Amino acid sequence: MNFLQNLGRSTINKVTAVGASSIMLFGALFAFPIWKNVRLTIQQMYVVGVQSLLIIMVSGLFIGMVMALQGYTILVNYGAEGSLGPMVALSILRELGPVVTALLFAGRAGSALTAEIGLMKATEQLSSLEMMAVDPLRRVISPRFWAGVISMPMLALIFSAIGILGGHLVGVDWLGVDAGSYWSIMQATVEWEKDVVNGVIKSIVFALVVVWIALYKGYSCIPTSEGISKATTETVVFSSLSILGLDFILTALMFGIS
Amino acid sequence: MSKPIIQIENMQFSRGDRVIYEDISLNVETGKLTAIMGPSGIGKTTLLKLIGAQLTPSSGSVLFQGTNVHTISRTKLYELRRKMSMLFQSGALFTNMSVYDNVAFPLREHTELDEDIIRTIVLLKLEAVGLRGAAELQPSELSGGMARRAALARAIALDPELIMYDEPFAGQDPISMGVLVKLIKALSKALNLTSIVVTHDVTEVLSIADYVYILANKRIIGQGTPAEIKQSDSELVQQFLQGTADGPVPFHFPAQNIADSFLGTAK
Amino acid sequence: MINKRTELLVGLFVALAIAAALLLALQVANQGMAGSGEVYKLTARFDNIGGLKPRSSVKVGGVVVGRVSRIYLDEQELIPMVELEISEEYGLTFPDTSSLSILTSGLLGEQFIGLQPGFIFPEDLVMIEEDKVCETDTLLDCPYLTDGEEVLDTKSALVLEDLIGQFLFNQGEE
Repeated sequence: MNFLQNLGRSTINKVTAVGASSIMLFGALFAFPIWKNVRLTIQQMYVVGVQSLLIIMVSGLFIGMVMALQGYTILVNYGAEGSLGPMVALSILRELGPVVTALLFAGRAGSALTAEIGLMKATEQLSSLEMMAVDPLRRVISPRFWAGVISMPMLALIFSAIGILGGHLVGVDWLGVDAGSYWSIMQATVEWEKDVVNGVIKSIVFALVVVWIALYKGYSCIPTSEGISKATTETVVFSSLSILGLDFILTALMFGIS
Repeated sequence: MSKPIIQIENMQFSRGDRVIYEDISLNVETGKLTAIMGPSGIGKTTLLKLIGAQLTPSSGSVLFQGTNVHTISRTKLYELRRKMSMLFQSGALFTNMSVYDNVAFPLREHTELDEDIIRTIVLLKLEAVGLRGAAELQPSELSGGMARRAALARAIALDPELIMYDEPFAGQDPISMGVLVKLIKALSKALNLTSIVVTHDVTEVLSIADYVYILANKRIIGQGTPAEIKQSDSELVQQFLQGTADGPVPFHFPAQNIADSFLGTAK
Repeated sequence: MINKRTELLVGLFVALAIAAALLLALQVANQGMAGSGEVYKLTARFDNIGGLKPRSSVKVGGVVVGRVSRIYLDEQELIPMVELEISEEYGLTFPDTSSLSILTSGLLGEQFIGLQPGFIFPEDLVMIEEDKVCETDTLLDCPYLTDGEEVLDTKSALVLEDLIGQFLFNQGEE
């Protein structure tokens, strides 16, 4: 009986959390078209986008280089090292670009968003905004939400471009794959809509989910040190799991059934 | 006598299963300094949040200038909130902007004034709390008392009709305390503001308040002018004013009998 | 509040993202070169298309001139039909007598269609010069491959099992 009660209560709590976070999301979405918010959004793009740029670029470079090295050692067995270009490009554009960017973003920017908003709540800044007749959803949540959703696909594009250049660096400049075949076979294989655009769509979906989780966790956290640290951890864990789960679903939808 | 700015009628509020207030009624007269006192942990801050409609009571009503703050639309509520402001215990300054920007914040959000005019207003408000020289400091560089004064400057930036002070004296050294007492008194007299001060610092508040409510045990246990309160024959009120450790407000948090809990004879 | 440096850096960030998108579009996906642009359609029927797929390339001596746009089965004859899109850049270039064959790049590579240009009879050249057959609306008599035309000369994909079968059969005869 006790077990059933607990199960029921935790289910009700989960459903309530989904409801509360949806209400928050709508509040943030509908607060967008206000001119003052554009500047705030730009400011937040600096925090979530520009400040994540370095880690994204370095990771992209190394992942591209590793992909080229791994791919080369396998492909060279079949004398097919000319296909290194499409291998690196496709795996980065379709999967690694959006997914790794989203995971890094969740760790770098998502956790920071949760902690920042949690602290604003703990220090009564959110209450204080409300008492000043300023809607915190509009003033605090909405700019961060839009900044995240705009920044992540841009970061993913940068990640992919740098990854492919990194693959070129290792494959062509170091291992001696012909530069012409690296690019031309890549160009013959990679399709704009199927590979690049789908990657960007994935990235936008991940951005929505990560930013939503991060903001909701911060907004609804228990305003104490333990509460904030728990919320920050949950942001990273939940975002990462959602990214990987959604990635499977999106991949199945986009590439699974032709 | 003018109409009370705030009328609370038969309000009940509970958080989860825990009842915070059962049946509270009180009035705050316009232009007066009303103090609400009571022991820690009985939800005095909650009362202010109920007045500001950040929380909703389970029954009863809160009227601000005759309008029920919990039944009006969100837009109306936001208009109403521009007439009230609240000084939080921590100050709640925005940590990512300077003191100047903090004070300018409500002006920039709610008015279309030029930066020149905003600058004048901000510096005047900072002058009123004695922090004009600290305008360019970051909140992290301020001491607790200064942060509270800066927050006070922000609270009066839009010239509200009602200011609610949440524990303004808590954790202050005697000098800051004196400064704050003087400021609160000066502001309410000079600007003819209505003030609500929530506190448990008896002597300070009795020296400036026009009317006092004492909360304990989920209801109002005493009210009157400071003189009347001091003469009260209620044991509860006297225990609170004199700070006796045990009395009608018990020293012990409600628990089972100590002998039972140690010897395990309960159940 | 917001300062000039923040705005500048966000601007750089946006510029970098646009540069990345351009790199991916032009250098990686080769968008805007062969992908878009004017095309004309040809059809061809094969006995067996092997591993040919939509968007496989059509090459003339290794130069990509178009792509496979659609593969379907002819309803009457139950024979694979392939629809090709050839870049308009190569309009009125390949004679009617050109042939198509399904080839494989390398041992394990992708399959593509190789177009072997044919020839034009001298009398047809005269027709082009004098009768302007390639400037009419229907282009029916034009000796070049034009929009909607079917390429008749096709060679199917080599299927390994068939080859082995043939080899064994020949061995058996000897």
